[in-house]
Amino acid sequence: MNPELGHFALALALPVALVQSIIPLIGAYRRDAALMAVAGPAALAQMLLIGAAFAALTQAFIASDFSVVNVYQNSHTSKPLLYKISGVWGNHEGSLLLWVSILAVFGAAVAAFGAGLPDRLKARALAVQGLIGAGFLAFILFTSNPFLRIDPAPVQGMGLNPLLQDPGLAFHPPMLYLGYVGFSMAFSFAVAALLEGRVDAAWARWVRPWTLAAWSFLTVGIGLGSWWAYYELGWGGWWFWDPVENASFIPWLTGTALLHSAIVVEKREALKSWTILLAIITFSLSLLGTFLVRSGILTSVHAFAADPTRGVFVLMLLALAVGGSLTLYAIRAPKLEPGGLFAPVSRESGLLINNLFLTTAAATVLLGTLYPLIAEALELGKLSVGAPYFNTVFIPLMVPLVLLMGIGPMMAWKRSDLAGILGRLKGALAAVAIVFAIALALSGIAVVDIAGSAGIALATWLFSSSLIEWAGRVRLFKGAPSDVWRRIRSLPRASHGMTVAHMGMAILIVGVSGSSAWKQENILTMAAGENVTVAGFEITFNGAELIQGPNYESLQGSFSAKRGGSSVALTPERRVYDQPVQQTTEAAIHTTFWADLYVVLGDGPTDDRRYVVRAYFEPFVPFLWYGILMMGFGGLISLSDRRHRIGAPRRAAAVAEPAKA
Amino acid sequence: MDDIQEKRSPRRWTAILPVVIVALLVGAFAKRLMDVEGGQDPQQVQSVLLDTPVPDIDLPPLPDRGAGLTTADLKRDVSLVNVWGSWCVACLSEHPLLMDVAEQNDIPLHGIAWRDEPSASVRWLARNGDPYDLIGQDPVSEAAIAFGVTGAPETFVVDADGIIRYKHIGPITPDAWSNTIAPLVEQLRQ
Amino acid sequence: MKPTGIICGLLFASLLAIAAHAVEPDEMLEDPALEERARVISQDLRCVVCQNETIDESNATLAQDMRRLVRQRILAGDSNEAVLAYMVDRYGDFVLLRPRFTSQTLLLWVGPFLLLVGGAFAAARYIKRPVVTDLSDLSDEELVEVNVLMKETDGSDSQ
Repeated sequence: MNPELGHFALALALPVALVQSIIPLIGAYRRDAALMAVAGPAALAQMLLIGAAFAALTQAFIASDFSVVNVYQNSHTSKPLLYKISGVWGNHEGSLLLWVSILAVFGAAVAAFGAGLPDRLKARALAVQGLIGAGFLAFILFTSNPFLRIDPAPVQGMGLNPLLQDPGLAFHPPMLYLGYVGFSMAFSFAVAALLEGRVDAAWARWVRPWTLAAWSFLTVGIGLGSWWAYYELGWGGWWFWDPVENASFIPWLTGTALLHSAIVVEKREALKSWTILLAIITFSLSLLGTFLVRSGILTSVHAFAADPTRGVFVLMLLALAVGGSLTLYAIRAPKLEPGGLFAPVSRESGLLINNLFLTTAAATVLLGTLYPLIAEALELGKLSVGAPYFNTVFIPLMVPLVLLMGIGPMMAWKRSDLAGILGRLKGALAAVAIVFAIALALSGIAVVDIAGSAGIALATWLFSSSLIEWAGRVRLFKGAPSDVWRRIRSLPRASHGMTVAHMGMAILIVGVSGSSAWKQENILTMAAGENVTVAGFEITFNGAELIQGPNYESLQGSFSAKRGGSSVALTPERRVYDQPVQQTTEAAIHTTFWADLYVVLGDGPTDDRRYVVRAYFEPFVPFLWYGILMMGFGGLISLSDRRHRIGAPRRAAAVAEPAKA
Repeated sequence: MDDIQEKRSPRRWTAILPVVIVALLVGAFAKRLMDVEGGQDPQQVQSVLLDTPVPDIDLPPLPDRGAGLTTADLKRDVSLVNVWGSWCVACLSEHPLLMDVAEQNDIPLHGIAWRDEPSASVRWLARNGDPYDLIGQDPVSEAAIAFGVTGAPETFVVDADGIIRYKHIGPITPDAWSNTIAPLVEQLRQ
Repeated sequence: MKPTGIICGLLFASLLAIAAHAVEPDEMLEDPALEERARVISQDLRCVVCQNETIDESNATLAQDMRRLVRQRILAGDSNEAVLAYMVDRYGDFVLLRPRFTSQTLLLWVGPFLLLVGGAFAAARYIKRPVVTDLSDLSDEELVEVNVLMKETDGSDSQ
């Protein structure tokens, strides 16, 4: 592949995308099967063309073809292969190409596996996908072409920002985009349903797998970003409420709400117009995230290419996609058949309250993120809104939600019995009391100790009630082992997935509360041979030496940390990359199951050969990553439920319906 | 479409609400983008110190350069205070204009050498010319923070009573000088 | 030391002179209680030359100087609020990461609450209002009567 072919394939993908959107729309309107049938092959063609363009750019990066401006600006021959490849999306143009590539893959998946979908719904959904693709292709081709050449070609490239040369960050963007773009499927189906004027249980079943997949990827993507910040930024923070972080977190919150409201559509044929709205909003917020990162409109540590011209283009795309779909919503939603009303105590009411808190939380984070902008537009002056604000308003919204998460899964549809559920949860309440008491006894009674212990007690509530709910389903401890095993196997995967994801959330809460409350730090200067004690670890500094990496030089400190009998070696580094010249800090992290010991080598040596050393004890931080992985894994388990197989015919789904309590 | 069941349309206005909110947001974004393109950096902070007395400062001089800079020096006449550093690239681009200003006018132009090695400041002035009447060293941002400085260069217009009347962020362009700062100085002098 | 090592050493010297690294040992106060206060205050102050970073976590030199100033003010006997006010006097509300509750920030602070209440009212439209909430107060005869009435209504509905 050469870059011109890549460019040509990309240019050809634009008219194909337009064909994919316009012809099937006309076909669906006229009920012309032949016109509608264009959508599938067009989607496949689009995937092949964009795939070819992506392959061409990747090839240029691997081969270090510096005649391509994008490669020249973002790569270097001395980079390891992994970072040559991740360099493809480590820049504005390439990341957009990745974005449309994923979009094309998703579209092709619908075309290939969507045989069970009604023709018109499928044609319209693919048409909407085509429109989104056309918008982004135009954006790439007219403002952000990755295939531009320079002549003569430079002999060496400018290199990739060393902060991006990192395994966590190499896979962060693809995961995030799989999430964002996955939500585009829910969006396309929502718009198709509005055009159709019809939303039913089957619609919800088709949308759910895409939403689940997107949600799982976004969960892991956000987790990877957080993990990277934790080990790379050098002081052990893992969440900053930075605008760009918020931009990925807000669609996660509404996407989580969407996952739950779609269940109500599926089971009760209610909350239809709300679910459609959530599907539109979730993808719109993903687009907003893309816009905020690239426009320079909000200030952020992560801001990409702050370029107003591109900002104008993305804003226009945003206005068209969001404005158009919401206008359609305003016209069509009131005509959707309303569902029945809910009993106050019922599964559907529980999910409704879940949606209330999740969307309020999402709106709150959005409000805080955009408030400086709003204040300025209203001439209220320059303001900053940072972590202290978000922590103050976000946590009170999450506590009731988590309390409800313990009860909700036990509630029956239509009418449930709260007293009975609480009776079954006596064990969970007892566990909460015991864990809270133990946590207080171990930590103390300062305000942070009480807050941290309360967080862990809350997590205990969620974990144990999820366990009790699952145990009740499979009659654990009640039936014969073979009966239990049979029940475990016949319980729908979606139920297992929910339990795993909810337990993952509980573990995440342990990580959040524990690390916020009981982090310990010791910042000091050390000379070789000196000791410092942090949280029972005796840390000895053995000295520092210069070492040579593949494309950096490093000052590597050598520490040994001893607790009890065993000793571990820790080697934090300060690196200076050569292309471009930039310094990074590589913390040394020793992970036990419960906690991390986190050591950073700071300034030095001074004249008397002393170095600044930062040693942190980070309790429960590993639980953040366990929890996030469990949540993502829970999503995937749920995705493997046979009812969610793409295009599974309706009847098969009905057969798989479990006998619900 | 025949599938749509024509029912009472419940609360049509709630269905319109989302698109209205989005329209307002897009408007706000568009305004902001135009501001950014028009040169208004979202980072720029308007000083809250406008029309307040200059803060109390008593900065030491650079080597071989007589007196430093104190608050009293700013209360004698209408004056300009320029915050600069030898490490600051934008200051270098602004410098020729400051040289012209010093040559063609009798407005006192004072400098605050912000977070700079004294020897580096002296060398920089020797190489690029020295337009300043008085210079104070500000090694730990004492004066910079007191003046609410967020970056170099920044230039303050101070009236004869020592009241801050204007703050220019970034290098002074010829346009900013002739259209804004020079007329303001003239006006304050009357 | 190899030549590359020397070059690297020089690079470190020049780069590290610029790149301070969040809170440094030499900035810290002797008294742990006062130092703890300084940390708390620093986490509410924005590094004004940075993008959404607190001065506590920022590497910028101005952030370092602001951290020093915070500690000076504490040693001079200022309360936490007084230190924040000192910064606001110079940089405006922009410097605060937890905006004060003023008419400018009314919407910011009250907004989440309004959204929750408004959302709750919207959600309540989906909830059925129970006609009889508590049947236990009724006598047996009354319960029989209720059952008969409910059957009748059910019957009339289906016609």
